[in-house]
Amino acid sequence: MKLYLKIWRQKDASSPGKIVDYTLDGVEGDMSFLEMLDILNEELVSKGEEPVEFDHDCREGICGTCSLQINGEPHGPDRLVTTCQLHMRKFNDGDTIVIEPFRATAFPVIKDLIVDRSAFERIQQAGGYISVNTSGNTVDANSIPINKHDADEAMDAATCIGCGACVAACKNASAMLFTSAKVSQFALLPQGRVEAVERVQNMVRQMDLEGFGNCTNTGACEVECPKGISLTNIARMNREYLSATLKG
Amino acid sequence: MGILDSKIPSGPLADKWTKHKNDINLVNPANKRNIDVIVVGTGLAGGAAAATLAELGYNVKTFCYQDSPRRAHSIAAQGGINAAKNYQGDGDSNYRLFYDTIKGGDYRSREANVYRLAEVSGNIIDQCVAQGVPFAREYGGMLDNRSFGGVLVSRTFYAKGQTGQQLLLGAYAAMNRQINRGKIQSYTRHEMMDLVLVDGKARGIIARNLVTGEIERHSGHAVVLATGGYGNVFFLSTNAMGSNVMAAWRAHRKGAFFANPCYTQIHPTCIPVSGEHQSKLTLMSESLRNDGRIWVPKKMEDAVAIREGKLKPTQLAEEDRDYYLERRYPAFGNLVPRDVASRAAKERCDAGFGVNKTGEAVFLDFASAIKRYGKEKALTSGLKNPDEATIIKLGEEVIEAKYGNLFQMYEKIVDENPYKTPMKIYPAVHYTMGGLWVDYNLQTTIPGCYAAGEANFSDHGANRLGASALMQGLADGYFVLPYTIGDYLSKDIRTGKIPTDSPEFEEAEKQVRDRMAKLTSGSGIHSVDYYHKKLGKIMWNKCGMARNAKELEEAIKEISDLRKDFWENVKVTGTIDSKNQELEKAGRVADFLELGELFAKDALHRNESCGGHFREEYQTEEGEALRDDKNFKYVAAWEYKGEPKDAELHKEDLVYENIELKTRSYK
Repeated sequence: MKLYLKIWRQKDASSPGKIVDYTLDGVEGDMSFLEMLDILNEELVSKGEEPVEFDHDCREGICGTCSLQINGEPHGPDRLVTTCQLHMRKFNDGDTIVIEPFRATAFPVIKDLIVDRSAFERIQQAGGYISVNTSGNTVDANSIPINKHDADEAMDAATCIGCGACVAACKNASAMLFTSAKVSQFALLPQGRVEAVERVQNMVRQMDLEGFGNCTNTGACEVECPKGISLTNIARMNREYLSATLKG
Repeated sequence: MGILDSKIPSGPLADKWTKHKNDINLVNPANKRNIDVIVVGTGLAGGAAAATLAELGYNVKTFCYQDSPRRAHSIAAQGGINAAKNYQGDGDSNYRLFYDTIKGGDYRSREANVYRLAEVSGNIIDQCVAQGVPFAREYGGMLDNRSFGGVLVSRTFYAKGQTGQQLLLGAYAAMNRQINRGKIQSYTRHEMMDLVLVDGKARGIIARNLVTGEIERHSGHAVVLATGGYGNVFFLSTNAMGSNVMAAWRAHRKGAFFANPCYTQIHPTCIPVSGEHQSKLTLMSESLRNDGRIWVPKKMEDAVAIREGKLKPTQLAEEDRDYYLERRYPAFGNLVPRDVASRAAKERCDAGFGVNKTGEAVFLDFASAIKRYGKEKALTSGLKNPDEATIIKLGEEVIEAKYGNLFQMYEKIVDENPYKTPMKIYPAVHYTMGGLWVDYNLQTTIPGCYAAGEANFSDHGANRLGASALMQGLADGYFVLPYTIGDYLSKDIRTGKIPTDSPEFEEAEKQVRDRMAKLTSGSGIHSVDYYHKKLGKIMWNKCGMARNAKELEEAIKEISDLRKDFWENVKVTGTIDSKNQELEKAGRVADFLELGELFAKDALHRNESCGGHFREEYQTEEGEALRDDKNFKYVAAWEYKGEPKDAELHKEDLVYENIELKTRSYK
């Protein structure tokens, strides 16, 4: 198929960017979206032009590196997939595709389609862990039974890949879904309860400092999340936060 | 050959590690504050090592090329992690895990290292649970287990099909705790370009900031390389696109021996290649072989009809299917080790029974597991005489709970529903057992330069068993390296900070800059990917699942020619002093072009078949690997001498005091 691509090009963080038009022929349905961009880049390099830079690594939907806004949607039109798992069979011959970086104040553009998501790092550094030494001298792994339902729910929250699609999907660029997934994973496990009060306060404080917007419950984040992280995590974080505040 | 002292402690096997820990020197807490350690790579091994070293009190700097330590490719490991907990009461023990791993590695690994690995395996699970890793549990609240290839017990702990992700997030969380305390400085989007030696010791690295293009000097009293494997030398592999050998290869060029480069794991269950545009391959976890049955049609005409789309696999009667693993290896069936399963798939496809249009695919079928689970679920749900449709529906739910994310991934890539029709799979490059040679302390042949995880060669011999990579990465990172490195660093308490303005750093930085200038000054005919793909084809066709002397000799010549062509004609766009993904790729491919030749040389010299290294000249009448313990029971460690063809071989003889060497049998 033949595609008309409109791609955001930006030299570096301090330069202005713009949409540039490209036409690409010979795209097949079995190709992934990123393989389609590989072919475009191969053409650009052969003409001596600089290829379009985009973030990607595992190309199997788990590392959370890829981050494209495709026709206005984070990770494109398919549901429950990252950009690297999106295949060209979702598009038709003659389609125009607009490709931009994830947009948020807290995610400044580094180059072309690459953004800086280190704000997520700092949120996790503020409290996304259990303060236990890595000596291995802990109790036996089976000494604290954990209800299967809680363990499964903690796992569901823990599958967040930290890609930032929730932020890119949100009209407020809120990071509530991301932060709440981490808070929930630990809040649901007995090992994590010990520091639950400090954790939620520290992580929310850092989230606000990074310039993410507020949550207005539109639910766009949940729809666009490639891992299906549920909005109930946000509700859980709100409860955790409220009770932490009351405990003061 | 006196150089290769593996420093294995004396004494009985089971006491070696404890004794060693008691014997080695410690650094007191006040002195640790004056010692800097550089950790390159932040996967399971690097992340765990960095967190633990920082927790002990050392000043740690971590480096990763990704934008976050959490994105290292350990995250993509699916199936699970082994530990000899014996929670299932099925007779497991440290000794059995040790034995299975040595046997699985086809008797080409060190006894002492592997026993230590088994010994600390239980601690890993305790540690991870304490960190909040949400492993799968049973209804009683206890941890669940499953079985993996090459063993007869259930010792694999898992978190759905995302075990690597959860373990890495655990190590990353431990890192974050130390970053928050200021004990780790995390450098993301940074690539190690070279190792710096001062007075023969590893004292720092030259790194490139991948955002600004700046070249930076970082010093430390020791350097830990936890930079993963080199599977991407094949271009197509299950590795991440950025996975590369640069750090290990730079260390090799500076004096670290490279061991057993030809030991590569070709994983049997990957999604087959769909076309020339393919950029990477996707693994379907080995855990699927717990429930999936592998088959091809018995009759050639059925295989042809399936390839042409005239016959559906679900239409083929049971008696017309060849469950070739169950047929050839009744004791282990579909759960034979990876090297055996891969070769068996290749054998059937080469014989013309492949089931996709390229003829390079076999079926992985869940129909009988769905029925089996469905019946069980119906019983436990109190349904009497359920109809077929109900059973299938219930069975599919059970399968979804176990492997849902893998099935979804398969469907997105292939556009077929694996609940309704068998998956198509084919072997692909997945893991490299070879790597930097290390002694028992995980130190390379360069003093102060350590290698951990997949980057070293140590524990898996010629073939790695499933769910053992995660175990080794975390064992090295959490429980081995933090002890052993202390012994080395105890001699550095009076050294003081290592300056970065010495002639050694000056020279190393100059070399890095010169190399990049050379890369960007080519005449510019072909892209970097053009060379990488060409190299990958040579590797896959001549150094892949089956090798022979003639083709290996051809490969050496072809890779050498390709490298020359690369340096003369590669086209790298953009500039050195800015973000430049083409330049990043070029540096990595340049190193693959050297490693690939050493790989072929190593495979050519090893005149035997063992584990993942299968030489067509050395096989039994039934087509099984034929080992030569008399002549090849050693680790081949190569010393850099300029061109890869000039590399000098050093041997470390493998001594088996506790295990009798046998022909591996899974029949």
